[in-house]
Amino acid sequence: MSARAVTDASFEAEVLKSDKPVVVDFWAPWCMPCKKVSPILDEIAAGHSEISVVKVNADENPQVTATYGVTSLPTIAVFTNGEMVKAVVGARPKPKLLRDLSDWLA
Amino acid sequence: MSDVRDVIVIGSGPAGYTAAIYAARADLRPLVFEGAVTSGGALMNTTEVENFPGFPKGIQGPELMNNLRDQAERFGAELVTDDVVAVDLTGEVKEVVTGDEQYGNRTVHRARSVIIATGSAYRRLGVPGEDRLSGRGVSWCATCDGFFFREQDIAVVGGGDSAIEEATFLSRFARSVTLIHRRDELRASKIMQARAKADPKLSFAWNSQVAEVLGEDKVTGVRLRDTVTGEERTLDITGLFIAVGHDPRSELLTGQVDLDEAGYITVEGRSTRTNLAGVFACGDVVDHTYRQAITAAGSGCSAALDAERFLAAQQ
Repeated sequence: MSARAVTDASFEAEVLKSDKPVVVDFWAPWCMPCKKVSPILDEIAAGHSEISVVKVNADENPQVTATYGVTSLPTIAVFTNGEMVKAVVGARPKPKLLRDLSDWLA
Repeated sequence: MSDVRDVIVIGSGPAGYTAAIYAARADLRPLVFEGAVTSGGALMNTTEVENFPGFPKGIQGPELMNNLRDQAERFGAELVTDDVVAVDLTGEVKEVVTGDEQYGNRTVHRARSVIIATGSAYRRLGVPGEDRLSGRGVSWCATCDGFFFREQDIAVVGGGDSAIEEATFLSRFARSVTLIHRRDELRASKIMQARAKADPKLSFAWNSQVAEVLGEDKVTGVRLRDTVTGEERTLDITGLFIAVGHDPRSELLTGQVDLDEAGYITVEGRSTRTNLAGVFACGDVVDHTYRQAITAAGSGCSAALDAERFLAAQQ
């Protein structure tokens, strides 16, 4: 399963109220490094059902983007129990990203 | 263990792809490691490239890189979007490692020659607050992050072409852009300087060095130190874009390939030959001086020709 798109409107239900840890990929169409990271997150989503992976287009969803103080793309954030508990900034290869997320992976 | 190939290219900027084009046309079937997230190199994060010969109207950086990639692929280069994690270049057969033991995909690739075109990585300022506020107002990518600073007061640090390019790009979004430079004149090309000086939203903080990035959980300003008088002052900004140059990406090669004190690979005369037979280097990882897309491409061509001659002499 690839990462689902989440919007300002659906963020609360899909991320903040999720039972599972949620990895949020903040991206935008003009951001080239984002294009490198999105497929990696899709792969992680496919291989790890214990987390959910979603993406927020920062261009179209300024509200959540501003709420969480995202000013660099890509930002990959982890939410548990309605709170942002980790955020990493910038494109990174899959092994590094898996290490960043290891606390929430089975 | 894979077969021994003729040539492996590490890197995928203008140097790496040009080396791949020439090696592929010489029927050397190059295997190119493009990098997992860095493929296409530094130009992937730029907008308009106006000085690459052959494009009188300019071309977008990513489009130029996609063209070079397609051209390499057309002649049979095998392109792999992965990172090289280790190398052993000292023997007659060179080993290049990708993947990770932990994930069961560690692979050793072997070749008689290797072309290194790993380019450079942006340099950090190394001041307090920089790391902590990275992604919280501190950025290295104007094209990625400029949008977040619409109608805000921001600054760019640096004095070269890339600093001016960032500043003039950012002035489209920002209310004001201050260019912070440690000297009293720019290093950038004349055309870029003229563009900067004509930009009504752009002002200059000359003889100024960033001493600290200020802010709790996001950037609120920078503490500037005057490089002549030593006086300090605060500049209130919400975004800081850093464009103070690059360092060669040569960590992988330390202890095998000769590097100079700044970490650039040293090559023999005007060739691309390193101290190791069969190992060639090109592009920004070699070049202190010019650092242009076209000079990188030119040296990529030289590296492929040097590799071709080396392989021919081995037969």
